Amino acid sequence: MPRWGMAADLDRCNGCGACVVACHAENNISTVGAGEAARGRAKHWIRVERYWEGDFPDVRVKFRPVLCQHCDNAPCEPVCPTYASHHTEDGLNAQVYNRCIGTRYCANACPYNARFFDFFNPSWDKPLHLQLNPDVSLRMVGVVEKCTFCVQRINAARVQAKAEGRGVRDGEIQPACAQSCPSRALVFGDLDDPESEVSRLSRSPRGSKLLEDTGARPKVTYLARQA
Amino acid sequence: MTHPTGARINNDLIRPLLLTSWRFYLLVVFFGGFVVAGVIAWISQMYYGFGIAGLKWPIYWAFYVTNFVFWIGISHAGTLISAILRLVNAGWRRPVTRCAEVITVFALMIGALFPLIHLGRPWLAFWLFPYPSERLIWPNFRSPLVWDFFAINTYLTGSTLFLLLPMIPDFAVVRDKSTGLRHRIYRVLALGWRGTPKQWHRLESAMQIMAIAIIPVAVSVHTVVSFDFSMAPIPMWNTTIFGPYFVAGAIFSGIAGLLIAMAVLRKFLHLEDYIHPVHFENLGKLLLVMALLWGYFVFNERLVTYYGNGPAEMTVFWQTQRESFAPLYWTMVTCNFVLPVVLMGIRRFRTIAGCVIASFGVILGMWLERFLIIVPSLGHKYLPYSFGSYSPRPAEIVITGATFAAMALLYVLFAKFVPIISIWELKAGEHPSPALIPPATAEHRLGELHL
Repeated sequence: MPRWGMAADLDRCNGCGACVVACHAENNISTVGAGEAARGRAKHWIRVERYWEGDFPDVRVKFRPVLCQHCDNAPCEPVCPTYASHHTEDGLNAQVYNRCIGTRYCANACPYNARFFDFFNPSWDKPLHLQLNPDVSLRMVGVVEKCTFCVQRINAARVQAKAEGRGVRDGEIQPACAQSCPSRALVFGDLDDPESEVSRLSRSPRGSKLLEDTGARPKVTYLARQA
Repeated sequence: MTHPTGARINNDLIRPLLLTSWRFYLLVVFFGGFVVAGVIAWISQMYYGFGIAGLKWPIYWAFYVTNFVFWIGISHAGTLISAILRLVNAGWRRPVTRCAEVITVFALMIGALFPLIHLGRPWLAFWLFPYPSERLIWPNFRSPLVWDFFAINTYLTGSTLFLLLPMIPDFAVVRDKSTGLRHRIYRVLALGWRGTPKQWHRLESAMQIMAIAIIPVAVSVHTVVSFDFSMAPIPMWNTTIFGPYFVAGAIFSGIAGLLIAMAVLRKFLHLEDYIHPVHFENLGKLLLVMALLWGYFVFNERLVTYYGNGPAEMTVFWQTQRESFAPLYWTMVTCNFVLPVVLMGIRRFRTIAGCVIASFGVILGMWLERFLIIVPSLGHKYLPYSFGSYSPRPAEIVITGATFAAMALLYVLFAKFVPIISIWELKAGEHPSPALIPPATAEHRLGELHL
């Protein structure tokens, strides 16, 4: 069984936000409109956090793409009363929308605030409603949704590989965020394969995990900035 | 201080059941109006979407969960206090027990509504039941919310029994005093009570068993409620003190709720001969003890956090201590500690009015306490980028208001249909009859303090 994970090179991330847009398009994330977004209801399965260092004019900006970290010891999983939030065999932190009753306990327990509640039924500003992805289910009002590492792409690649009688090749699966990243800051792959790019990057001395001391054992490695 | 006896007790305490004034209907319409408004707000929340409430990322619990914890806290008034007073055989408890126990049942019913109201999809709440589904999916027994579900159901069942058992002899009194339809209804409710020594003995035994059984249940219920927070790795939530802290706070707010209910009943049902200043005095002392205990827990929680100086904890700490939540925090400290300690600590202020003022302070303070446990932590969880703030919107405010009205409405209705003071217990305290009453309960008279 593979163990899917990601590495994010903060040296390469320039905060362009292409990953955010790609994620919205790939995963049918509804746009909530300006008013609701201003109220704090926007849903971004991946977001680029901006932190400022120093005082003007010596300001340095730091970007950090934050998505569901698919923790090995995920705090969101034990708290869900209905198993809507659970761990798959290949280490993904899955959210079963149909099983979710909307206690939002998982979203509270998540140290990364990577989970989003659907306050209304999904809707899109025209013409975005014409580009929905048929491979991704829509989420109704009252459930919690979050990054899936583009599980539809993982499954498609796995089925394809099985049909061709081989294993999934490194780099064959690309979540929308990694695919759209112009500076290749995001790398996705199998952490259990020592040869894969993601596992090589995860072992880098520059690597660290976000909020490691919460004990969640996240599977996204951030490579510290050197420049 | 007069001690009414025999027939007068019957007449005084059954009068509210038999005579109905226009005031009763006015109160029912008044409180009922608020309750209807709350129901409309909840239905709109389901119809238009949860978004009409003020919740937002990342503060996904706020008013509803505050109300949940608050009402479950209030429910500790009754059963726990009345069970303890029964077990230690405090004679002065007799006129107080029933109005305390009924607070428990109603507050639990209201509190248990909030997990439903706050659900994104309340129509699927039955998935918390461990029923054998065709797909063999069970609830997640590791989830504190499932523990909550069991704890609250156990407590509701136990406290309903604890309330209903001692009502049987009183239903029999009403049955014997009434005619027509009312007679037929109370005949059913009295369950064939004849007042034989055997029946009395069984009732007393059952009450002893329930009183002992309900105390661990009550303590565990609010501990389990505190687990909803302390089990999550959230700054200022993930702490071992929450269990006892919540239980103490629950009893604290419960006593305050009971004092207010007693004062209102005394005034409007003219029960001055039954609920005496000494009852307020004694419960006031209990309120003082709980205020000190609450102050100890808060001091303990804050000092340990401050000394530990963890960055995530300190962010939340300063939010409540001197930043955006500071006004609410210091209001809470004033209402929960300064006010009750001053009013209840000085004998001159430990009057009925003093008790009621302190109790209103405690009710407000304890509501704020729960709010301040939940919201600042969720709004300041580790990553500064995702910090957020919260303000309620009409749906939450209306529903919150409606629950207080619902409590009042249920209380008014209850006092209309059931003697709000346990007639037989009062008589047992007045005329101890060795044949009918176990020796342990016979020696204490109304008004004497045996604690």
